Amino acid sequence: MRIVVPIKQVPETSAVKMDEATGTMIRDGVEAIINPLDLYAIEIAIQLREIHGGEVVAISMGPPKASIALREAIAMGCDSAILISDKAFAGSDTWATSNVLAAAIRRITIENGPIDLIVCGERATDGDTGQVGPGIASFLDLPVASYVCKINEITNGLCCVHRMVEDGYEVLQIQLPTVMTVVKEVASPRLPTLRGKQKAKKVDLTIWDVKNLALEGSKLGINGSPTRVVKIFRPSVARNCKKFIALDDNAIQAAADRVVGYLQEKKLI
Amino acid sequence: MDYKGIWILAEQSAGRVQVISHELLTRGRDLAGKRQTELTAVIFGNNINNNDLQELIERGADRVLAMEAFALEHFLIEPYAACMLHLITQYRPEIIIAGATSTGRTLMPYVAIKATAGLTADCTVLDIEEGTGNLLQTRPAIGGNILATIKTPKCRPQMATVRPQSTQPAPRQAGRKGTVERLQAPSHLLVSRMQRINFVKNQEEHGLAHANAIVSVGRGIKKGENLKIIHPLIKALGAALGASREVIDRGWLSYSHQVGLSGKTVNPKLYVAVGISGSIQHLAGMQTSENIIAINSDPDAQIFRVADIGVAGNLFDIVPVLAEKIRQARMIS
Ligand SMILES: Cc1cc2nc3c(=O)[nH]c(=O)nc-3n(C[C@H](O)[C@H](O)[C@H](O)COP(=O)(O)OP(=O)(O)OC[C@H]3O[C@@H](n4cnc5c(N)ncnc54)[C@H](O)[C@@H]3O)c2cc1C
Ligand SMILES: Nc1ncnc2c1ncn2[C@@H]1O[C@H](COP(=O)(O)O)[C@@H](O)[C@H]1O
Repeated sequence: MRIVVPIKQVPETSAVKMDEATGTMIRDGVEAIINPLDLYAIEIAIQLREIHGGEVVAISMGPPKASIALREAIAMGCDSAILISDKAFAGSDTWATSNVLAAAIRRITIENGPIDLIVCGERATDGDTGQVGPGIASFLDLPVASYVCKINEITNGLCCVHRMVEDGYEVLQIQLPTVMTVVKEVASPRLPTLRGKQKAKKVDLTIWDVKNLALEGSKLGINGSPTRVVKIFRPSVARNCKKFIALDDNAIQAAADRVVGYLQEKKLI
Repeated sequence: MDYKGIWILAEQSAGRVQVISHELLTRGRDLAGKRQTELTAVIFGNNINNNDLQELIERGADRVLAMEAFALEHFLIEPYAACMLHLITQYRPEIIIAGATSTGRTLMPYVAIKATAGLTADCTVLDIEEGTGNLLQTRPAIGGNILATIKTPKCRPQMATVRPQSTQPAPRQAGRKGTVERLQAPSHLLVSRMQRINFVKNQEEHGLAHANAIVSVGRGIKKGENLKIIHPLIKALGAALGASREVIDRGWLSYSHQVGLSGKTVNPKLYVAVGISGSIQHLAGMQTSENIIAINSDPDAQIFRVADIGVAGNLFDIVPVLAEKIRQARMIS
């Protein structure tokens, strides 16, 4: 099995603070991590290789420091990693990102032979769209199974998976090669091993830019992105909370009465 | 640009039109009014119920395009995408809105790539820009801490998904007129490298997504066994049970209960947060709830900032009293 796992480096969201005055994000000192949902993709890819043999290649499009995320992926057990980095990619939306990642996968195929499986995370916690997985599939003209929660078996080029939907799960049989996006249930991510960490430190990452991928300039970065962000603003989430301090029995009774009064007033009970 | 008209992507299951379709008609009617253009509901399936298609007209569609084939009975990416692209090429809509469902979130990006269209996920507000007529798409960014407005100035169609339950279903107006076109899907579009061989319905169905009221518990509950003190409150309110990720990660409840950035987005009339601190990841999944009540022992907990009414104190003392009072109030009314 030859598997490609596209991973994204994202800011650790729980550490993101807002500048109340300007309404912008304070990114200074915010740690960059592998998109937490991509860890499940890495894990299931490694498990499949352990069963079927082959190799797992992690790829990421991002700034040079995304190489840290790729090295972490190697420490977990990926065989190799490719950083796809170029100033021309700046400002890419999901259309332009999928285009670049698909081109990279095509090039891997040309250089090292066919890929059987591309496993993406369900979505990235920063962009939070979940569009890139299906986008890559569309560019490569492959089927895509989204929200995969279990991979049952792979035999004779057919892969049987469970796909989580609103009221249950579907059992799908897919011809390889295919793209999948996986959810948390698919596997629990392992921790990097000491040996993995040592390998990650030493390994030479392949780095590709626009020239390596023979991409059309007009389809890259902000110019190649159909969507534009035209405004960013802070939502007025703060409601006018009526707060009751309820530390003794009387205060608890009184507070509960106020809550019941509120529920009645709003016709909630 | 000769792209015209607004589309919504209606969804069916076993031939019956799903409620998300009616929610999308609310969005679509608003946009079609502002754009002074026609609203079309597009639907893929097999033997779709005729009354349900008529109902799409009564709820606001001017036209229904129902494309049918055996291979379209269930969502499969390749035939669905091929049929949708076929219709887009033929009718050239300027806007397509779909639900952010497991179908919409997969089909829309696949189609948007091939149509070179812009796509914005999980929009909370959709509007038309005066002058240009561009679709303005507003969505939460970075875990709901900021909102971003996005537009697609050059490419058509402009595509967007909206979260289920973020809009009321469009009301039914008996006798409203429109056309229903049933189209046979061309067979060369129905090739699929994927087959659906089974479907297993969820055993435990808490219906978080459709609940009118949700009571969610956080780490403040301290132990899985303590969940029993929440049950009278849930019962009194007729609520579904949600939870923060801390509760899931400790194995006190299964993942299907998780509310938040990496769990479910919910939008009930009433959300009661019990022993939840209010991290931005949790807020991202519930802050648009109509009414929010928080119970937390820390008077400065962030959850109070998004609550309408808050009780600062020990949940183990407060919840039983509150549950009993609600039960009594309901018996009287
Ligand atoms: C990528 C990512 C995704 C995430 N996704 C989600 C998600 O989808 N959903 C989610 O919920 N979290 C998510 N998290 C985790 C999130 O950051 C928080 O850790 C989590 O929401 C905290 O849960 P909590 O409020 O239950 O726990 P805590 O933050 O520990 O809060 C417990 C609260 O209980 C109160 N309390 C304690 N004892 C009592 C008592 N006796 N009576 C009343 N109150 C009491 C405390 O004052 C405190 O405020 C995510 C994190 C990351 C990094
Ligand atoms: N820049 C990127 N480089 C590599 N993979 C990415 C990138 N952006 C997104 N992905 C992959 O696509 C998935 C969905 O991301 P998104 O559509 O941004 O929510 C992620 O979980 C990754 O697997």
